[in-house]
Amino acid sequence: MKKKIRTILLTLSAVLFLSACSSTNKNKQITIVGSTALQPIVEVAAEEYQTTNAKISITVQGGGSGTGLSQVQTGAVTIGNSDIFANQQSGIKAKKLVDHKVAVVGIGPIVNKKTGVKNLSLKQLQGIFTGKYTNWKQLGGKNQEIIVINRAQGSGTRATFEQHVLQGKNAINTQEQDSSGTVEKMVASTPGAISYVAFSYFKKDVTALKVDNIKPTDKNVTTNTWKIWAYEHMYTKGKPDKQTQKFLDYMLSATVQNKLIKKLGYISIHDMKVTTTKEKAE
Amino acid sequence: MMDKIKEKIQNNSRETRQELRGRILTYCAIGLILIVVISIFLFVALKGIATFTQDKASLKTFFTGTNWNPGILGSDGKPLVGALPMIAGSFGVTILAAIIATPFAIGTALYMTEIAGKKGRNVLQSVIELLVGIPSVVYGFIGLTVVVPFVRDHFGGSGYGILAGSFILFVMILPTVTSMTVDALKAVPKHYKSASLALGATQWQTIYKVLLKAAIPGILTAIIFGMARAFGEALAVQMVIGNASLLPTSLLTPASTLTSVLTMGIGNTVMGTTANNALWSLALILLLMSLIFNILVRWIVKKGRM
Repeated sequence: MKKKIRTILLTLSAVLFLSACSSTNKNKQITIVGSTALQPIVEVAAEEYQTTNAKISITVQGGGSGTGLSQVQTGAVTIGNSDIFANQQSGIKAKKLVDHKVAVVGIGPIVNKKTGVKNLSLKQLQGIFTGKYTNWKQLGGKNQEIIVINRAQGSGTRATFEQHVLQGKNAINTQEQDSSGTVEKMVASTPGAISYVAFSYFKKDVTALKVDNIKPTDKNVTTNTWKIWAYEHMYTKGKPDKQTQKFLDYMLSATVQNKLIKKLGYISIHDMKVTTTKEKAE
Repeated sequence: MMDKIKEKIQNNSRETRQELRGRILTYCAIGLILIVVISIFLFVALKGIATFTQDKASLKTFFTGTNWNPGILGSDGKPLVGALPMIAGSFGVTILAAIIATPFAIGTALYMTEIAGKKGRNVLQSVIELLVGIPSVVYGFIGLTVVVPFVRDHFGGSGYGILAGSFILFVMILPTVTSMTVDALKAVPKHYKSASLALGATQWQTIYKVLLKAAIPGILTAIIFGMARAFGEALAVQMVIGNASLLPTSLLTPASTLTSVLTMGIGNTVMGTTANNALWSLALILLLMSLIFNILVRWIVKKGRM
């Protein structure tokens, strides 16, 4: 009996050892870490890519834009996903990183259905998030206290929203939530609530606001008529190697851009009629 | 012949070798665990202290300041790391949850040990075990869809706040406190109860004059273990407390806890920056608090024995 166990253990370890060897010899490892917004796209793309390129093994993880940027900067991972430009993140030396923009995400304000407001001017929106307005009555809605729900400090969505809406002013210190899904649920269930999410989180139980009478649609983003949008970045440390470049090319290919990215509610980078380098001055 | 016996006596027998092997195995296991614990402690401590040594934040601001914005320097050139709102929030939900949970836990435990038959005990036991098994994200979603609107409709405010967090934590720590209270009650010597009943005390008198008194150290331990669990809970609380780094003015205004700020911020900051170090300082407080809870439990157990 004892002997049997020993043989089993030995074979097991041998198998493990061999498989470990083969994976380092044959397969090229690409590790991708960062933005949770970009994660689902990259995950599916990586899966499809691996079915035709068996020699590459791609691991995709979340962790947030900050984690992605810092990990790729130290060289711990191959690609760092980020919702914001590298130089918008403190502690990152953007010059060492190479930016690969793979998609565009539109972000828009959402409010609870019962506020009675469907359109706001940019100034009014700014007033809400800086604490100037506290009741929907002041904005032509119902007599209902405004409850502002922010995203977490340092979140990519928040950085983009504040850049366009607050324009340098400070947001009021208020409730914060970490994930877009939770934010959407909270706005749907809390009377008087307002927040902002990516277009893909516009659900039927919340009202997506028009800003200055412009509708938050993909089409308006591609022409920059709707101003609140951001690139989704995949950063590499220095120039990517051949295998990594091939995967990045795949991310930009028609299969991913026209099917996957649109299916998940993002906007294809090829549809953009404008380009901006909305980078913060260093 | 002589040689064979001599050899057998002088050399290690199979059993001795087995003993030695077993010993080495346990030492290895203990050593590994010790290394893990010590390195976690050192790592968190080093990172947490960096806020004060490297980024020059003052310890006083950290414990008494109310402005939490570690990425930005204040007017005095020091980072804004006022952690008082989070510390107050954490203690607020923990203590409130323990206050609500304790009577329910003691009641349930008494029912299970003194009143219920075997069937009732088994049913309750499995109910409690079920509560332990529910993942905290499920508690969080229930909190978001049921508890928050309930608090909003019956108590006022937006619903998000310490009260909603306490309600969630109350259910989450109930099983811990209950099952440990059951153990404490069971540990009371049988002859205490027999003596009390023989003197003519009713069941109720026996329970609150004898059983509960004798079990007090055990019950206190149970409550502190529950508080430790509540203090460290992150996800469920984060979903209902509102996460505003403001000093709570009432139980109904959005507040935040150490854990909720930690989990929200850690993915969005970069290792080595002030914002990141400040989060590690919060983690250090959490670690120290769990240490304090542990020491408290040991102290109570020791006192109870005397």
